[in-house]
Amino acid sequence: MYSRAYKSAVTIPPLLWVTVFLLIPYAILFCYSFWTVAPLQVIVHNWNLHNYAQLFRNSLYLTVLLRSIRIAGAVTLLALLLGYPLAYYLSFHAAKRKDLLYQLVIIPLWASYLVRGYAWKTILGSDGVLNGFLQYLHITHRPVEFFLYSPFAVILTLTHIYTPFTFLPIYASLEHVPRNLVEASHDLGASPFSTFVRVILPLSLPGILAGATFAFVLTLGDFLAPLLVGGPSGIMISNIVVSLFGAAYNWPLGAAISLCMLLLVVSLLFATERLEKRFTI
Amino acid sequence: MSGALQSSRAPLLTTYALLVYAFLYFPIVVLVVYSFNGSGVGGFPPSGWTFDWYRQLFADASLWDAVLNSFIVAAVAVAISLGLGLPAALALDRAQFPGKALFRRLVLLPLILPGIITGLSLLMLFVGVGMKLSLVTVTLGHGTALISVATTEIFAGLQKMDRAQEEASLDLGANHWKTFWRITFPNLKVSLIAAALLIFTLSLDEIAVTFFLIGRDNTLPLEIWSRLRRGITPEINAISTLILLFSISTILIWYRLRTRTQHAGESPAEAAMLPSSLEGEHS
Repeated sequence: MYSRAYKSAVTIPPLLWVTVFLLIPYAILFCYSFWTVAPLQVIVHNWNLHNYAQLFRNSLYLTVLLRSIRIAGAVTLLALLLGYPLAYYLSFHAAKRKDLLYQLVIIPLWASYLVRGYAWKTILGSDGVLNGFLQYLHITHRPVEFFLYSPFAVILTLTHIYTPFTFLPIYASLEHVPRNLVEASHDLGASPFSTFVRVILPLSLPGILAGATFAFVLTLGDFLAPLLVGGPSGIMISNIVVSLFGAAYNWPLGAAISLCMLLLVVSLLFATERLEKRFTI
Repeated sequence: MSGALQSSRAPLLTTYALLVYAFLYFPIVVLVVYSFNGSGVGGFPPSGWTFDWYRQLFADASLWDAVLNSFIVAAVAVAISLGLGLPAALALDRAQFPGKALFRRLVLLPLILPGIITGLSLLMLFVGVGMKLSLVTVTLGHGTALISVATTEIFAGLQKMDRAQEEASLDLGANHWKTFWRITFPNLKVSLIAAALLIFTLSLDEIAVTFFLIGRDNTLPLEIWSRLRRGITPEINAISTLILLFSISTILIWYRLRTRTQHAGESPAEAAMLPSSLEGEHS
């Protein structure tokens, strides 16, 4: 029903823009990762695998990458442990308050990242709210230093930030669970627990996968929370990239790390998409 | 049937849900409370209630410059992302072309890709073509990254639209241009406003992409970021409180507009993840 001209008119402008501002930049990133930096900070365009070799040879990168994966894993797990029950409660028990409660979750979802990160900084700091509270109750007598500037602080902050992200697809998948299946399970004598395990949980797997991917990918690429609350022991892989693009001035190596991250993210998305399709009825 | 299910009480689950809400809102409440605290950003109990930090904030010229910059960037970013997101959504909904699947993925990628990768790649592009970093590069970055949000929002609106009206218009002799302005556009108006609000808020808060593309003039989040390194005062709590108030109100309006045209629980974040949600039903 739509003419050829119409289809070109709506297709070509976004296609061009996306090519110039997304596809070409990713291609440049790809190219950079095979170049090197000569003395005097000149980027030399001789193609080689030096950057990638360095990633595997220098144990610093591997250590930080593994730490980032561990932190991302912890955040994902915690976000699921907080987000799933919340989504389940909203979908099956919230009744009339559902809409209000849903809005209460999306407010922190879209509200400022920086503001929430900053809030945790003021809470966890050595003269922060938590330390003040503990001393007020005479539980501790001097500031506890390890709340802030630790992997723990990064995990806590990012869990706070990404729990609503995880909640969202889980809630959507729970809302799509056919209620007559749940009722059939009850009528046939299954306990609420076994109805949950055998009917609801499997049907909500696509949401769990989507939510988990979200939390994992976004945490893995985060460099702001480590700077804000992480300290030296909370440094993550993206912080290395940031420093390579800043003071350390080694764009090619930074590009190689970014490209690895990009590949990891894209393959993860591809894998979850395949899995989701398998679990979706 | 759901009545029977929903009336079944689950005190344990209810308590747990309440605790999760408490966790989500605890830092926000602390932040707001301490913006009125006379004795600094930490410590307990807060003491010496004061509006001084707000007073200081309103006299802070460089902060307001940053606010103005952020508003300009956000406004232009809204124009860019809607200007391209609208045709992109129409294309995904109505056109078949080679590489459509790749196009869809590429458009949506910035939604789920960590901001650092989008920011860095754009930095390389701008440096490569010799463009000086400034608010212009920041705006182009925001506009590009947020096309993803515009596309998912408008696409959702298109899916709910009654196709018969457009068909009738075309059958009765109106051309595509006229049909678009008389039928498609009015039908999408609410989706477009909702998308604009969300994009505006997201641009105002954006920091990861901005971090790499910023020149001499700061946006508000970058201004706050640079102050965080110089030591913190409740003035930052005060500006954060105002930012929160602003985002909460726009988010609530966005949500209201959105539920007016479509059912809840299908936000851009989710559309990016659930593969089915952006594959047109009518093709």
